[in-house]
Amino acid sequence: MSAPLPASAPASRAPGAALIFKNAAISALVALVLFSLMIGVRTEAGPDGQLTYWTRFGELATVVALVFGGSIIVELLRQWWGPASETKIIPPSVQNGLAVAGRWIGPVLLVFAILIPVIFYNERYLLDLSILVLTYVMLGWGLNVVVGLAGLLDLGYVAFYAVGAYSYALLATNFGLSFWICLPLAGILAAFCGVLLGFPVLRLRGDYLAIVTLAFGEIIRLVLINWQSLTGGPNGVTGIPRPTLFGIPLTPADDGLAALLRIEFSPTHRIVFLFYLILALALITNWVTIRLRRLPIGRAWEALREDEVACRALGINTTTTKLTAFATGAMFGGFAGAFFATRQGFISPESFTFHESALVLAIVVLGGMGSQLGVVLAAIAMIGGFELFRGLDQYRMLVFGLAMVLLMIWRPRGLIGHRAPTVFLEKNQAISSDLVKEGHG
Amino acid sequence: MSEAPILSVDKLSMRFGGIVAVNELSFSAARRSITALIGPNGAGKTTVFNCITGFYKPTSGAMQLTHDDGKTIRLERLNDFRISKQAKVARTFQNIRLFPGMTALENLMVAQHNALMLASGLTFLGLIGAPSWRAAEARAIDLAQVWLKRIGLLERADDAAGNLPYGDQRRLEIARAMCTEPALLCLDEPAAGLNARESAALSELLLSIRSEQGTSILLIEHDMSVVMEISDHVVVMDHGVKIAEGTPQHVRDDPKVIAAYLGADEQEAIAVMESGT
Repeated sequence: MSAPLPASAPASRAPGAALIFKNAAISALVALVLFSLMIGVRTEAGPDGQLTYWTRFGELATVVALVFGGSIIVELLRQWWGPASETKIIPPSVQNGLAVAGRWIGPVLLVFAILIPVIFYNERYLLDLSILVLTYVMLGWGLNVVVGLAGLLDLGYVAFYAVGAYSYALLATNFGLSFWICLPLAGILAAFCGVLLGFPVLRLRGDYLAIVTLAFGEIIRLVLINWQSLTGGPNGVTGIPRPTLFGIPLTPADDGLAALLRIEFSPTHRIVFLFYLILALALITNWVTIRLRRLPIGRAWEALREDEVACRALGINTTTTKLTAFATGAMFGGFAGAFFATRQGFISPESFTFHESALVLAIVVLGGMGSQLGVVLAAIAMIGGFELFRGLDQYRMLVFGLAMVLLMIWRPRGLIGHRAPTVFLEKNQAISSDLVKEGHG
Repeated sequence: MSEAPILSVDKLSMRFGGIVAVNELSFSAARRSITALIGPNGAGKTTVFNCITGFYKPTSGAMQLTHDDGKTIRLERLNDFRISKQAKVARTFQNIRLFPGMTALENLMVAQHNALMLASGLTFLGLIGAPSWRAAEARAIDLAQVWLKRIGLLERADDAAGNLPYGDQRRLEIARAMCTEPALLCLDEPAAGLNARESAALSELLLSIRSEQGTSILLIEHDMSVVMEISDHVVVMDHGVKIAEGTPQHVRDDPKVIAAYLGADEQEAIAVMESGT
């Protein structure tokens, strides 16, 4: 073992004033070069269309001075704060409190979710937002199987969402099948697509796998746009039947639920029904995933993420293990897609762009890969945060991006980075995120 | 029970482009015994291992495995995970390859994957929590516990494998390989990086695996004290060919072996000679 380092050596750690000024001067120089044209020179079209310009060196000087001063302040703050470590930022007492809260946050969130339609019955906007959040929670849980457990980076997850949505839309509009028959079919078709994607990409790892899945997502979208005779092309599919409560429609008609229960019809009934439908679907996804983790297949997924070569040496068929991960994740995506179609009543390829894949992947990564609760928190933060910042108009994305950057600096492995063991003899202790691998595809 | 050697390698060759890593190597490993494969660095030992365990497809040659019931398996015709699943050959790695983010117990549970997959009805029985699955899982945990106890890690069963000390990780990897219930256990430098006390414990563990489980062991090792103490048979390789073979005493006195070690690495040759005195 090496000799212990001196307990504290502030002199060696703290750079001298000269170094601070040097760094600040470099920052100021970079700012000067960057902003000299952006701020220093203002151009505009004159009255006759000719170019007129004038200089704004005063503003430029202010910005450069701000960068210089800010750089010094940041460096001083950093010295005052000392080296960043979790124990220093969060005192142990708070951490223990968080651990206690961590045990209760899941059940509390669940009870709250069940009560949302009761509490916010008259707040249509909040109900719609909760349905949206739950849809992304479900998608996140589905993708978590592929990315979080099996460690396969999938950038085209929206393809399975699209397959599920179109499966339901086309089966329902062309053959008049009910939602409850189409739902499993949509899941099976999406899982089939997952296997279809899985086969050619099994030998690829890491970045290469990500690119192929990205391409797969685009292929599905382009097929949806161009196969006009089946999918209606860019116009999408309209008039998708709304779900029924086991055959009882939620309409003001005489055979509707309201009439049967002899209560006044309200369009909110359907919203509440949709809310509980997606809540149930999401909880089924969660339950199945938690069960799968404790089964040999789930352990094989996680082992695959940890070390693929060792898996092969232990006689695990890595091909089928990867395929099942893809298929399971795709199936949940398909369920969510069918729900999306029935909720919207109209779908078009525009709903299934890469942006959706990126959003779901961001939820999984932000939540902490493999963590079920983390996905919920991240989905609330991402979708809810998106709505929260709506008042900021054009700065919304800016604030949102900044928040994400800060969050990833604070918790590089996601909100809940540690891993809970699937089986234990005596004590169920979480495994630090430093040890858990992210997988290489 | 079959009396044929558990593994017989016949004229095995492995080429990487123009480089001949292994050239017409023939040897056999006797049943219920410990066979050591030694040689200077770069002699091709690990390449032989990778051929036997299906990580490389040999350029030519045959490798025949004979199970206790007399069933023979041609290893060069199997690949990848089937070597472990069907031929029952388990291996460890020169650089430890545990699942660091999983607990010691979980590592041993992953090793029982194929048996547990069947017991869980390819997941469907397990998903509904069938009693047969629960019983199988309990048995698997028991087996894992037995092995954790044997390697002295029972009280660290719930610790992440990546958090264990180096020597414990080495032993855990051997236990993990044994949880696949292999007929032949291939160990790639199991004593590398261990201190004298840990090496002695390792020798004891390997001898007990041979006598209690009846598992045949094939090992690559640089630590001559381990090789001389536990091996029943030693095969010496240099530059991809076999240069000597026999009992530890026999190869230790073989001038060709000493020359090979002297030519490649003086210190190891001295270690060979000194371990006999």
